[in-house]
Amino acid sequence: MTVLRAVRLRKEYGRDAGLVRAVDEVDLEVRPGETVAVVGPSGCGKSTLLHLLGGLERPTGGEVHLDGRRLDRMSETQLSGVRRKSLGFVFQAFHLVDELTARENVELPALLAGVPSRTARRRASALLERVGLADRAGHLPAALSGGQRQRVAVARALIGRPLVVLADEPTGNLDSAATAAVLRLFGSLRAEGQTLVIVTHDSRIAATADRVITMRDGALAGETRLNGGGGGLGALAGLESS
Amino acid sequence: MQDVVLALLAKEPSHGYELRARLHEALGPLRDALNAGQVYVTLTRLEKAGMVSAEHVGQADRPDRKVYALTAEGQQRVRTWLADVSWGRPTEFHLKLIAAAAARLADPVELVDLQRRELLRRLADAQRAALTEPEDSAAVLLLEGVILRLEADLRWLDACAHHWETK
Repeated sequence: MTVLRAVRLRKEYGRDAGLVRAVDEVDLEVRPGETVAVVGPSGCGKSTLLHLLGGLERPTGGEVHLDGRRLDRMSETQLSGVRRKSLGFVFQAFHLVDELTARENVELPALLAGVPSRTARRRASALLERVGLADRAGHLPAALSGGQRQRVAVARALIGRPLVVLADEPTGNLDSAATAAVLRLFGSLRAEGQTLVIVTHDSRIAATADRVITMRDGALAGETRLNGGGGGLGALAGLESS
Repeated sequence: MQDVVLALLAKEPSHGYELRARLHEALGPLRDALNAGQVYVTLTRLEKAGMVSAEHVGQADRPDRKVYALTAEGQQRVRTWLADVSWGRPTEFHLKLIAAAAARLADPVELVDLQRRELLRRLADAQRAALTEPEDSAAVLLLEGVILRLEADLRWLDACAHHWETK
């Protein structure tokens, strides 16, 4: 069973000698409740892949299936509906609306999707509590730290109860303390069964996933399952060798 | 050190002085880590253990020198070492990549990938353990140290991959 599936997905830019295959025949299946991290050197096509999976860009070839529906065949109107109702996005640069408070930012996608304002407000408050920012609900983004802004962005991504949350370098702009907070948040989302696809160069974020996929030159180059139960934690402490 | 010397011999039979020179080149400014007689002592031990065989080669105006070659047992140990992902020191891994590339025993980029997967698994284990501990516990502090070292090692492996991909 898969919730999100890519089949021979391809994205090309330019033409002739200047042709760049940013995503090159990628097959990917994401199961419900699974966290998948996509890693690889910068320019390997991992962000483009995420944009294709989220319907933010159109593929040159191949298919994207979300919950059984073909995103690559949808009209712009249908696509924007799917993005609003079935997907949640988290970006490196947060993309919060500066003039709106934290709670209003979180509410916004729900209001746009036609959720009654009272329900939207209730859900937004609950989500801000969930990400540990209940006491910052009335603050504008400018009054929040980078890590807090990103947690608001995660709450916003969750308000539509999306099938899949897609995160593009969610800790790229954060210091290590803020990264740790986002890390805990992703860890608990995974534990709650939220399906997540995270593009990251941060190995700590990648290590929260069930599966880590490595990309190189637009293609999938390898997969690592992180199911635990490896060599045991004792080996990490290094006592046995002394 | 024994594994490193064996892997360097996988390229071709060689003598102590040349092996030492190759190690010096691979270590650069860190070559002081190597004792003057370390290579020779290691070769003697490996010969006793049956991992290498030695042959005396005469030289015109100098004393004979001993040329060492891997035995079948030595070759087997090199293969085991290359596939071993238990993580010791970065220096050892660095020398492993250099020896593997020189003897064309394995693709360094693949060795880096293999190692990276193992460290990523350890990082995931350590991180999950840290997330289940109370945030202010002393054990979390210990895990944080483990996590930071693994993170640094993984970043360094990225640099290794980049270096060998462009070779």
